[in-house]
Amino acid sequence: MSEVYVLLLEPFVEFGFMRRALVACFALAMGCGPIGVLLMLRRMSLMGDAMAHAILPGAAVGFLIAGFSLWAMSIGGFVVGLGVALLAGIISRFTNLREDASFAAFYLISLAVGVIIVSTKGSNVDLMHVLFGTILAVDNASLFLLAGITTVTLFVLAIIYRPLIVECFDPNYLKSVGNSGITYHLIFLMLVVFNLVGGFQALGTLMAVGLMMLPAAAARFWSPQLWSLFSIACFTAAVSGFIGLLLSFHFSLPSGPAIILVAGCIYLLSALLGKEGGLWRRFSLRLRLA
Amino acid sequence: MICLNELTLKYNNTTAVNNISGTFEPNSLTAIVGPNGAGKSTLLKSMVGMHHPAQGACNCPCCREEIAYLPQLMTVDRSFPINVLDTVLLGHWRRVGAFKGIQKADYQMAFSALEAVGMMGFEKSPIANLSAGQFQRVLFARIQLQNASVILLDEPFTGMDLKTVGSLVERMKQWQAEERTIIAVLHDLDQVREHFPHTLLLARECIQWGKTEQVLTHENLTHAWSMAAHWGDTVS
Repeated sequence: MSEVYVLLLEPFVEFGFMRRALVACFALAMGCGPIGVLLMLRRMSLMGDAMAHAILPGAAVGFLIAGFSLWAMSIGGFVVGLGVALLAGIISRFTNLREDASFAAFYLISLAVGVIIVSTKGSNVDLMHVLFGTILAVDNASLFLLAGITTVTLFVLAIIYRPLIVECFDPNYLKSVGNSGITYHLIFLMLVVFNLVGGFQALGTLMAVGLMMLPAAAARFWSPQLWSLFSIACFTAAVSGFIGLLLSFHFSLPSGPAIILVAGCIYLLSALLGKEGGLWRRFSLRLRLA
Repeated sequence: MICLNELTLKYNNTTAVNNISGTFEPNSLTAIVGPNGAGKSTLLKSMVGMHHPAQGACNCPCCREEIAYLPQLMTVDRSFPINVLDTVLLGHWRRVGAFKGIQKADYQMAFSALEAVGMMGFEKSPIANLSAGQFQRVLFARIQLQNASVILLDEPFTGMDLKTVGSLVERMKQWQAEERTIIAVLHDLDQVREHFPHTLLLARECIQWGKTEQVLTHENLTHAWSMAAHWGDTVS
């Protein structure tokens, strides 16, 4: 019994930074779960990735001005991220440019600009922090920010739930009843940026989108219904945070990548074993038919 | 009643429909036929206000509120995790909108609409589990709830089994009996001859518009399809 305690609970009981990191993970999971599911259903996974990187130059400018200030970097990231999201949203609605190509271009440019800005003033350690996050260094102010982001996200999602879902499922129908849906699309993009800024604090620009997409993709293999997709994604994200932090503690691994790796493993297992179109299911069905 | 007044529609500078005028009479049942890329779907979209005319106008005194539109089946994401009942309830959108609650009576209407298309008992199934025909029935139930005076259907029978077509045609006739106007894009000319009194033959312009037996002549059809042979790209 005591071994289990040492393995699973002691790190969080003994160390304040582990506790804060765990709470940060749970807060992120609550917001990122539903946002990730919606991104996936809207076939915008790649766009989420691009936007995560687009936050970097903004955060880097904040860093340039104020050093490692939570607020400067968050506000910088939010402003630039939102700008890119709006621009991308507008471009993809009103031109027939291939979306994937333009987003790939966008994210490479942003990443390059961000890394160069950070390098001109900061050290390699700073660069690592920006790229891979500092979840073990989360302080109370960051926790409030993360909790605030999650609260706003869940409230706004609850309010615009119906139109958002309809716009995603059958946009032509929404248009035919006289609602272009663009307002809800833009509000949703804003929520995505909010959560990416939160994820950026904890997991860094390269990993921020991981806690959105991997749990969402894993959930798709377990449920055919929206509300359970949301809860499974939240739960998966939270569990990934818990196990990832423990792994990082016991084996001295970098925490952000450890969390994302756990989420990745859960995704792979779901793809193999999931009851909604998982590989094992398909394979055994074929064997039975043969 | 819908009046087309010298209506011209364009897609990226390609003319999809050129200078078409005429009237869909109230309580009429009209088929729109023509080769691929004749502008049939574009014409429907312009009537529901989703495609703006390049020239002319599409006047409907009944106003847009009263038009229900069924897009081609392939434009809907059928793998989306939503169930049958919720899909049908969307038909209340005009009244309920984004934020209002759904009342008991609204549910009752959804149930009876599902019963009318023979989909009773499927309320809780995810739409991903339905066949194309079953899903189309669900969308017909949604239209039923919209309670519109004009109903536009884009290829409602394409890819459907015979039994479904029979039940959907029956729905359509019922709608006409309820004094609604129905306009449908169709491919199967036999279905048109059998069920639709009026036809608009379209090949990016109006070839002929009137009583079905006068429109669907060998001569007219040959003319329309020979025009299609000269179109470079196809716009549908």
